[in-house]
Amino acid sequence: METGSPLNTGPTGNEAAEPTWIGLPPGLLRMRRLLLVVWLGLLALGLGLLLGLLCGPGWAAFALLPLALLAWGWVLIGRNWRSWRYAERADDLLISRGVLWREETVVPYGRMQLVEVTSGPVERHFGLASVQLHTAAAATDATIPGLDPAEAERLRDRLTELGEARSAGL
Amino acid sequence: MTAPGVEDAVRGREPVTERRLHPVTPLRRAWAPVAVVIGWAVHDPDQAQRQLTRLTTTTLLIALAVLVPVAALYGFMTWWFTHFAVTESELRIRTGLLFRRTAHIRLERIQAIDVTQPLLARVAGVAKLKLDVIGTDKKDELAFLGEREARALRAELLARAAGFAPETAHEVGEAPVRELLRTPPRDLAISVVLTGSTWGTLAAALVVPPLLWLATHSVWTVLATGLPLLGAAGASSVGRFVTEYDWKVGESPDGLRIDHGLLDRAHETVPPGRVQTVRIVEPLLWRRRGWVRVELDVAGSSNSVLVPVAPRAVAEAVVARVLPGVTVPTRKSLSRPPHRAGRCIPLWWRAYGLTVTDTYFATRHGLLRRSLALVPHAKVQSVRLSQGPWQRLWHLADVHVDTGANKSVTARLRDAQEAATLLRAQAERSRTGRRDAGPDRWMTSRGESGRAPGGGGVRGG
Repeated sequence: METGSPLNTGPTGNEAAEPTWIGLPPGLLRMRRLLLVVWLGLLALGLGLLLGLLCGPGWAAFALLPLALLAWGWVLIGRNWRSWRYAERADDLLISRGVLWREETVVPYGRMQLVEVTSGPVERHFGLASVQLHTAAAATDATIPGLDPAEAERLRDRLTELGEARSAGL
Repeated sequence: MTAPGVEDAVRGREPVTERRLHPVTPLRRAWAPVAVVIGWAVHDPDQAQRQLTRLTTTTLLIALAVLVPVAALYGFMTWWFTHFAVTESELRIRTGLLFRRTAHIRLERIQAIDVTQPLLARVAGVAKLKLDVIGTDKKDELAFLGEREARALRAELLARAAGFAPETAHEVGEAPVRELLRTPPRDLAISVVLTGSTWGTLAAALVVPPLLWLATHSVWTVLATGLPLLGAAGASSVGRFVTEYDWKVGESPDGLRIDHGLLDRAHETVPPGRVQTVRIVEPLLWRRRGWVRVELDVAGSSNSVLVPVAPRAVAEAVVARVLPGVTVPTRKSLSRPPHRAGRCIPLWWRAYGLTVTDTYFATRHGLLRRSLALVPHAKVQSVRLSQGPWQRLWHLADVHVDTGANKSVTARLRDAQEAATLLRAQAERSRTGRRDAGPDRWMTSRGESGRAPGGGGVRGG
């Protein structure tokens, strides 16, 4: 199934016209794929060696299982990464994600309580940061992962600025 | 804890008169050491019994002579070190003997104020003042205050939160209340009897213990399962009757007044514009009588019942007062999902409904126990669209609307195209809907209300 199905067709007014979607930079894809290859590669190697030495070379074929998983995961990660995109509109932020379980979130800038930029040790190594938006509703799950730190900071500053200008409280 | 220099600077600017709680308060905490002893005895019964047999009258007397003053001292100290003060924009509570805690609660962020009186407090003529603030898990409470003092303080807090000038704030007094609804005890009793869960828990409490007895012949197992079941049955029938007895809903310029309780009286106040969601629930067995129950969500508050039981027309009139300019949609005016929704959720899809007007977003669900949820556009925090693989096959999608009370209202199984337009339109409406909403300080006009910083309460500890 296509990831970028044209759901968003709002023909009313200029603002509701097709927003400019921004995808994620390839850093996140690289990081996730590398982690996948490292972990599943190690698993395949360990399993192959262990089975080959203990049970005979025929059994070592089971080590192909993690490799198949790796190939599948490689594709899945790619599709998932392609499905992530966000758009800054005049008054709200759009985040769209998911391949099988699609989810699209709209957060008006005025409702933002807090914008957070986080970056774990692995993410930092790959030069990535994620931006998370908090509103008064805990159900609002607006996170953009794997951004360039500079872009993340720009987004944070812009969102804070817009949020301040349009703040509305509860 | 705030740095002493800062605190002095703040004090220097505006002299704040700090007050203490009612002198009865120490008694409430005095039994804490006794509770510790009981807890120890329950935790380790064998040892407790051995210790008890060794006790003589003299040791008992000595223990009492030590324990009672220690308890009294503890109670006195916690009371002595708890202060509160009302400033122009904040309620400050300072408490704690070893671990100091200072809570500064911004008045315009208060979501609701409750004055509650447990049975013993009613005898002593004191009351508890509870404040609902967003973002805190537990309620800040002032326990106990004199009954009259609690009412005066509530009036003052509400007046200041409403934006009256500080000099006049404590002369404004209690706002006049106009009664909207009063639940007769007879209706309440019938409604409890007609609730399925009452009978369910009661049946479980009567059936499960004998079966367990037949299976195990162990008294402890039977007691361990039977007592909680009986407790649950009691809470859902007698407990509900007792808390919802003499339920009164009133309207005042300070917002909604809810008074209820047979033994423990509670007086809740929800200022205008604090209601995030209203739900009208119609259990199966109430349908013949045309009764409904109305629930409401306020950010940071746990109490959710607005009307325990009332005829539909009366309940709708109350809802119209709570959410100004809202008329509850009729069954016919809600649009159903398309027929293919039955492939996703058979039968129950018929109960789903959605309608959007220029003031609210309303959805319905529940085939047997119908529930209609209304969210004013101004209260929508974010809008989400979600679509699973099976829903995508049938070109269906769900639209969730999140409110500040941490509840989401979901329009389920809409046509995918319709859902996408709804998503965009709803985001637009929730953004513009805020413009017409009243200010946080509800007695001021929109212009001078100003913008308050994000958090509900500012704390130091």
